[in-house]
Amino acid sequence: MLSGIAPAISEAIDQEMAGNPNVVVLGEDVTYWGAVFGFTAGLFQKYGRERVIDTPITEQTFMGMAVGAAATGLRPVVSLMFVDFLGTCFDQIYNHMAKNHYMSGGQFPMPVTIVTAVGGGYGDAGQHSELLYGLFGNVPGIKVVVPATAHDAKGLTATALADPNPVVIFGHKLLTGHPGVPFEGEEEDVPKDPYTIPFGQAAVRREGTDLTIIATALMVRRSLQAAARLAEHGISAEVIDVRTLVPLDIDTLVASARRTGRVLLVDEDYRSFGTTGELAFRIQAGAFDRLRAPIHRVAVPDVPIPFAEPLEQAVIPSVTRIVDAARALTGVPATAR
Amino acid sequence: MWRPEPSDADLPVRIAEAGLDRDVLLAAYRRMCLIRVFEEAVRSRYWIGKTSTFNMAAEPIRGELHLAIGHEAVAVGVCALLGDADAVVSTHRAHHHALAKGVDPGRLAAEMFGKATGLCRGKGGEMHLFARNKRFLNSGIVGASYPQAAGAAFSFQRQGNRNLAVAFSGEGAANHGTFSETLNAAALWQLPLVIVIEDNLYADATPKWAAQAVNQQFQRAQSHNVPAYLVDGMDVIDVHAAARRAVDRARDGYGPTVIEAVCYRYRGHFEGDPENYRTREEVELWQRLDPIPRLADRLRRLGWADDATLTGLREAAAHDAVQAVRFAEDSPPPEPVEALAGVFA
Ligand SMILES: Cc1ncc(C[n+]2csc(CCOP(=O)(O)OP(=O)(O)O)c2C)c(N)n1
Ligand SMILES: [Mg+2]
Repeated sequence: MLSGIAPAISEAIDQEMAGNPNVVVLGEDVTYWGAVFGFTAGLFQKYGRERVIDTPITEQTFMGMAVGAAATGLRPVVSLMFVDFLGTCFDQIYNHMAKNHYMSGGQFPMPVTIVTAVGGGYGDAGQHSELLYGLFGNVPGIKVVVPATAHDAKGLTATALADPNPVVIFGHKLLTGHPGVPFEGEEEDVPKDPYTIPFGQAAVRREGTDLTIIATALMVRRSLQAAARLAEHGISAEVIDVRTLVPLDIDTLVASARRTGRVLLVDEDYRSFGTTGELAFRIQAGAFDRLRAPIHRVAVPDVPIPFAEPLEQAVIPSVTRIVDAARALTGVPATAR
Repeated sequence: MWRPEPSDADLPVRIAEAGLDRDVLLAAYRRMCLIRVFEEAVRSRYWIGKTSTFNMAAEPIRGELHLAIGHEAVAVGVCALLGDADAVVSTHRAHHHALAKGVDPGRLAAEMFGKATGLCRGKGGEMHLFARNKRFLNSGIVGASYPQAAGAAFSFQRQGNRNLAVAFSGEGAANHGTFSETLNAAALWQLPLVIVIEDNLYADATPKWAAQAVNQQFQRAQSHNVPAYLVDGMDVIDVHAAARRAVDRARDGYGPTVIEAVCYRYRGHFEGDPENYRTREEVELWQRLDPIPRLADRLRRLGWADDATLTGLREAAAHDAVQAVRFAEDSPPPEPVEALAGVFA
């Protein structure tokens, strides 16, 4: 049994490290603090500072080192402590890690796995609460993994570690199981033995007929709760967990949209020019003739995440807001509770 | 870097050399006490709702709390030399800098409590404290303070005034590229900038030895032709002595200076830190150098303050801190619609 995606991710890294001496873990506070939220917990005790390396606070340098190391035989696992710090190192990621394979005519694959903590809801404010996966998804050459369960986190991490490309694993803090922040996941039966989950396969978490709710990470959990509430009101919601944004399993999303005729996208990333817009575009392209209503979305309005509780609650999608949006979409007025 | 105590005969000489006198030192004592009592008061409120299970989301103070208990002498020793028109850019550990710069304690506390009366109307939180009237800026991104302070210094230079900018940071931050880049630019253009590094031996859970090729960060300043002082950050007199030279140099147009102040944070990196990277004994060792009793002791030895005076100053500081926290607690939360306002000016 595992509680949270963090121990699942560290277990997958551990199992890969045991068999592959070229795997090294780099980042700030990856030893004593297990990368703060536990993604690398226990690895230092087992493999020592030779393979689990606390870096100075130098994101640009250790991301660049990952590029050089991956080009010459190592398989770096890099911790970007909070995704919000990406501004300090994005050049190495998007201009180099993401492009080197292509620009070198295929000579230099970039087998790098980045693990980063994302998400808000506990008062960490504007520079420590973002998702930002839309930015990564916008860059060709980076795979974007967004686990919602511990089971997926382990299997998807194992897949990432076998992938010859840069993969970024976005671990939502409220799903990590780390004791300092609220936990919205649940205890799960996660196989001890190594296993992989292929990228590009969305998971239908709940079947339904009236509308399709599509979400990632924490928003999958909240959408499932919303679906349960909607059922009490006679609305049957299907809930799909995208699992990987790049590559995207568009077929599963379109098939569901065609069945239900209504789509609600739920996203904790910023609303504009990002994931929800992209998903809506692709879904309408495949399901236009079956859609009974315009695609709706609940996302973070285009403001930084504010600190105070009432402000933060006003911008991060909640179960209630998902329920209200689903009701509006299915024509059941939000006031008729 | 701890130094032997000056003898009673040498003490007045050192104090005079540091540009200090009785009034300034008594004010410094009171300000250091204010910072200490303020942070202790905030800490006690922070732990309400978090004692049985530590959960950052619990009210009344949410999120992270980075206390600077042990760092007071650095903030006060430097900021005693600044006016409202001088700029300070601070970091994730910012309360002491804000209070030393004269930021209103009530509005500071209210920001930590996420109240509408907070410095930033509850939008920033403790890692993002801004006070325009004191030219106080802040960032939770490590290494971000240096170039922004250099930019303020550049602005003052262009405007032809005698203001200066101070970047505070930890020693861990000085490993960031922004430190070297800023040193180069500031030295090249002789910017009125003072960089203050609080070397508390740790960056989060990472000890200095695991992250630095040179033992002290000031060595890097020297390679950019930037003069640097290594001072005892637990001694406000030592800090002030170096800061006075650095500030004068900046105001007179001779360019940047680095002050590296060795100090110690008595609390964890943030509240809730398991502190599994250091020993109790180490913390206790540093507690003997607590900058506040040390200053009190000197004031007594100089005959500049008796116990009653010192108690009076402490009580006045405590009163201010209590008022600040009460103001925060009594203030209303912001309206949810406020969340959508203010992205653009
Ligand atoms: C760019 C960036 N990287 C990492 C962090 C996470 N972080 C916050 S504080 C900190 C340690 C800072 O150490 P130091 O500069 O020595 O300051 P101290 O906390 O000791 O006062 C780290 C790594 C961050 N906020 N920003
Ligand atoms: Mg430090």
